[in-house]
Amino acid sequence: MARACAVIGIGQTDYRKRLEVTLDGLVRWAALEALEDAGLTFADIDAVLIGKAPDLLEGVMAPELTLAGALGAVGKPIHRVHTAGSVGAATAISGVTMIQSGRYDRVLVVCYEKQSEGNATWALSGGKSGGQGAGGTFAPWIRDYIRRSGAPEHIGRRVAVKDRLNALRNPHAHLRIQDISEEKVKASPMLWDPLRYLESCPSSDGAAAVVLASGDAARRSRGVPAWVIAHAKRSELASFPGRDPVRPRAGVECAEALYAEAGITDPLRQIDCAELYVPFSWYEPMWLEGHLITPEGEGWRLTDSGATELGGAFPVNPSGGVLSSNPIGASGLVRCLEAARQVRGTAGGHQVDGARVALGHAYGGAAQYFAMWIVGSEPDPAFG
Amino acid sequence: MVNGPGREIAVVATARTAVHESFEGPEAVLVMECVNDLLGRTGLDRRDVDFTIAGSCDYLAGAPFAFVLNLDGVGAWPPVYESHVEMDGAWAFHEAWLRLQCGDVDTALVIGSGRSSPGRPREVLALQTDPYTMAPLGLDPVSLAGLQARALIDAGKATERDLAEVAARARPGSGAGELLRAPYWSAPLRRHDVARPADGAAAVLLAAGDRARRLTGDPVWVRGVDQRIESHHLGLRDLTDSPSARLAAEGAGAHDGPLDVAELMALHSHEEIILRAALGLAGTTVVNPSGGALRSHPAMATGLVRVIEVARRIAAGEAERGLAHASSGPCLQHNLVAVLEGDR
Repeated sequence: MARACAVIGIGQTDYRKRLEVTLDGLVRWAALEALEDAGLTFADIDAVLIGKAPDLLEGVMAPELTLAGALGAVGKPIHRVHTAGSVGAATAISGVTMIQSGRYDRVLVVCYEKQSEGNATWALSGGKSGGQGAGGTFAPWIRDYIRRSGAPEHIGRRVAVKDRLNALRNPHAHLRIQDISEEKVKASPMLWDPLRYLESCPSSDGAAAVVLASGDAARRSRGVPAWVIAHAKRSELASFPGRDPVRPRAGVECAEALYAEAGITDPLRQIDCAELYVPFSWYEPMWLEGHLITPEGEGWRLTDSGATELGGAFPVNPSGGVLSSNPIGASGLVRCLEAARQVRGTAGGHQVDGARVALGHAYGGAAQYFAMWIVGSEPDPAFG
Repeated sequence: MVNGPGREIAVVATARTAVHESFEGPEAVLVMECVNDLLGRTGLDRRDVDFTIAGSCDYLAGAPFAFVLNLDGVGAWPPVYESHVEMDGAWAFHEAWLRLQCGDVDTALVIGSGRSSPGRPREVLALQTDPYTMAPLGLDPVSLAGLQARALIDAGKATERDLAEVAARARPGSGAGELLRAPYWSAPLRRHDVARPADGAAAVLLAAGDRARRLTGDPVWVRGVDQRIESHHLGLRDLTDSPSARLAAEGAGAHDGPLDVAELMALHSHEEIILRAALGLAGTTVVNPSGGALRSHPAMATGLVRVIEVARRIAAGEAERGLAHASSGPCLQHNLVAVLEGDR
């Protein structure tokens, strides 16, 4: 089997509108912070990987070309991953496979989005005005989830408040709404029924980076390792009559493959916390079910019980999640690196006490691309 | 550090579409044509492919998430384990080769596809340049290639006749003398010195070790792949050389043995001259017997086609060892080299 891989350095910018910094400056910020965390410099890096969502968001085609200098990649291999919203997690996984291949010992993975450089809504609508946007795509499926599961309507608001309260503990978070409440969410404008303004993610600029290392390189490093225990990716077609976008088969199979590789048989009990890609509030209960963390129809009950709050039995998005910061191309890597921070015990104000095993997750496209990893404080934890 | 060779990986089948000046259907159809061809050739079912990775570019289609529709061509149902690089399929080939070395997957499908016809490539490709200082000037890769060709001539490393001779080899029936009478396009480059972006797709099926031997009697072993990038800023580079191509060739082990054939992704005539020197190709190496990218340039598949051209010659017994090269970015900024070898 493939050799061990660990996260030994983590860097991220603040997520907000960053008009004071160039694209080069933004990615370099995250990269340098990750290197410093690992006790390394660019000279120690064997290969660089970048990930981001569509080039049209910033209007720069093939940005690995313009960013090579800022990322210390000159003279090195670099490649660019793009798998829609799942790209951040997919890029992390591509980086892990570069280490596991045995060919590289230290790989720098950087993901970013700088939405203020362009017009993301225009770009996400295929360069046409009046597009439905991501919320318009997901809202009918969310309505279908509510109908099937019988979830009460306050569940979405509850997730929105929980993630925004968590964001107040995370200095990188974009949305910092001090007086957030379910009443305030309910009073916000309806965007795509049943999704209100405050149940939706923001548009953020930001970059995130991790340094990945082989087991030997990790043990020699100053950086505290978060061991990559398992990873999985699955993709399915966007649209055909038999597809179930509420519970996509690719998501179920991705989770099955992930847990099997990790040796996890009871994810709710054996995983200590999760960073799930939840750009719209209702995706928390949908993914709790769709990724086999709870039985079908039980995801909203777990949310309603308070178990997914920081301090609950299964904290979800202690960092504040995508609902609080969404630099699209980076958001999946942020989920993965926040899971790593938890098991390293370096999550600061949003640390989950005693977290040893954490899940990082992202999805993309028409809820058809899935990428996940499980990281742990030990390379080979025993799941009792 | 970059470590030595791992698990043995081979090209077991290749496929490519015709190259269309303007393909009227969706890109997914081009992808599907290649995928079906590969499955038919190897007798594999879609479910037997452990890992799929594609290379394409949203900007050519002028639509974000354009690559998502290509999944239809892959036939991603039931769901597949796959990834995507926003680059030429040659870079997908590199990731697939690394993925197979991890040991837990045995087969990988690699695709490159692109349609240049919906847009105006020179204008689109201008957006590859720095967005703050260069892109607003509309500086496109053909203009930058002209600057590079001029630097090469001024340095005494090539003449306009040398460029015409490269172009003539890519155009059967034409002679250098005749080509030199054509008007300039982006001086000192003439129209025939510049590859014309077109529509098409290509695909490769890779397999590891014994699985490769069971799938074909003519496995073509991938002995090494490496790729390196240079600075984006032309003022920081010696435009008459390609140090990144040289590093990639060293990393791929190109000089561990004689090279019978080399397919170079030179989108402009002078690039072949720079690459021959940087890669240290001996006079005995046959360069671009296919006619190269100047004859046929299905953008985002052109690099992967170089791999296919070398693999097909080795599988046919016409060569024992070959080098495939892909490039990306203006003035050969980013270069990839793969070294392939037969089983004989």
